[in-house]
Amino acid sequence: MIPAPFDYVAAESTAHALDLMASLGDDAKLLAGGHSLLPMMKLRLVAPATLIDLGRLTELAGISADGGELVIGAMTRHADLAASGLVRAEAPLLAHAAAQVGDPQIRHRGTIGGSLAHADPAADLPMALLALGGSVDAQGPGGTRRIAADDFFAGFFETSLAPDELLTAVRVPRAPGAAWGYQKFVRRANDWAIVGVAAAGGRIVLANMGPVPLRASAAEQALAGGASAADAAELAAEGTEPGEDIHADGEFRRHLARVLTRRALEQRT
Amino acid sequence: MMRVELTVNGERRSDDVEPRLLLVHYLRETCGLRAANVGCDTTSCGACTVLLNGASVKSCTILTVQAAGGEVTTAEGLAAADGELHPVQRAFRQEHGLQCGFCTPGMVMATVGLLAENPHPTEKQVREGLEGNLCRCTGYHNIVRAVLAAAGEASAGGVSAGGASAVSGASAAAGAGSANAAGEQVRP
Repeated sequence: MIPAPFDYVAAESTAHALDLMASLGDDAKLLAGGHSLLPMMKLRLVAPATLIDLGRLTELAGISADGGELVIGAMTRHADLAASGLVRAEAPLLAHAAAQVGDPQIRHRGTIGGSLAHADPAADLPMALLALGGSVDAQGPGGTRRIAADDFFAGFFETSLAPDELLTAVRVPRAPGAAWGYQKFVRRANDWAIVGVAAAGGRIVLANMGPVPLRASAAEQALAGGASAADAAELAAEGTEPGEDIHADGEFRRHLARVLTRRALEQRT
Repeated sequence: MMRVELTVNGERRSDDVEPRLLLVHYLRETCGLRAANVGCDTTSCGACTVLLNGASVKSCTILTVQAAGGEVTTAEGLAAADGELHPVQRAFRQEHGLQCGFCTPGMVMATVGLLAENPHPTEKQVREGLEGNLCRCTGYHNIVRAVLAAAGEASAGGVSAGGASAVSGASAAAGAGSANAAGEQVRP
């Protein structure tokens, strides 16, 4: 399978990328690791006129601590996130989630910014960012604003990034030793979650239970009110309307959400 | 068309390519290197696995223009100039780590990448490290044996001594940040 023809520009700096976005408009797509975009282009689900490649922007890759937060450049690859001593010590759920994406070859290419901007509700990193109460930096012509994870995922494969904004960095709280749980139900190696659950702090987040990663609010409230993990988990699917596909119908997904939430909560230490 | 320069199996090349030319088609059609196979064509099976700057990648999901300036190693680039097989190739032969052979170049390249990041994997780490490579003959047991045998040989100094620049390149490119990325599990 071969993508439809397109023009290609390698951005030389973040500013250059923003200029290109402004001048090319909706006909252009940003290329990060390409492991979601290129398969869609090969299937001709999308056919952008121009690709703006961010692959050479080393300024957008890297992990650092800034006050109470870890700051992760948008072009940081999953393998580097999973292996980072800093992330493993201070946001271990995020390192674990990165290690669950696809397979080693995919993790060598895929990026955290690309995965979040793609906003697949079944993916690992959107669920992880929401569970950690993180945020992203969105840079546009007028400057940089911060978008909380709770406000970032707007719909099925849709975010609250404006068309002229570039996701430049991801921020998560530094929390060494904080308890967390992560459960991902798949039938095949290197697949997306049929249902996923990430639990950290008081948050419980579900993957693939709706058009966006969802907080299991009823279960969170029960847990905050002193309910046991098992009792809180019984409420995990409240208010969700999961889709149906070849892997699972809605009722099976709701069952999985309850079971996986219990396991994720019990996994916390 | 765009002019791209990259190094393939140690040879510097300069070619005019369409932006949409996938790396696997560049390797097979432009360079005439047919080891990397197009299997699933959907980033699942790993038959097209090559090393890009030392890290294993699926060449069906990379544009040639994205790889510009980089170093690509295919299975053809593993053996020494005198034809002596790379230790990973030798181990696959000795342990009969193949049946029909279609997945084998990808398996071998994924293994070279895996051992560069984690020279002494456990059997579990080998199975997880080859998660991105499918063998539809289901000959996984002998493949895992071959990887462990190659790792054993590496312990004795075999891997670093043999083959082209693939292994040393992988170590350098993996860098401090991604050491052990393929093998380790992070647990709470």
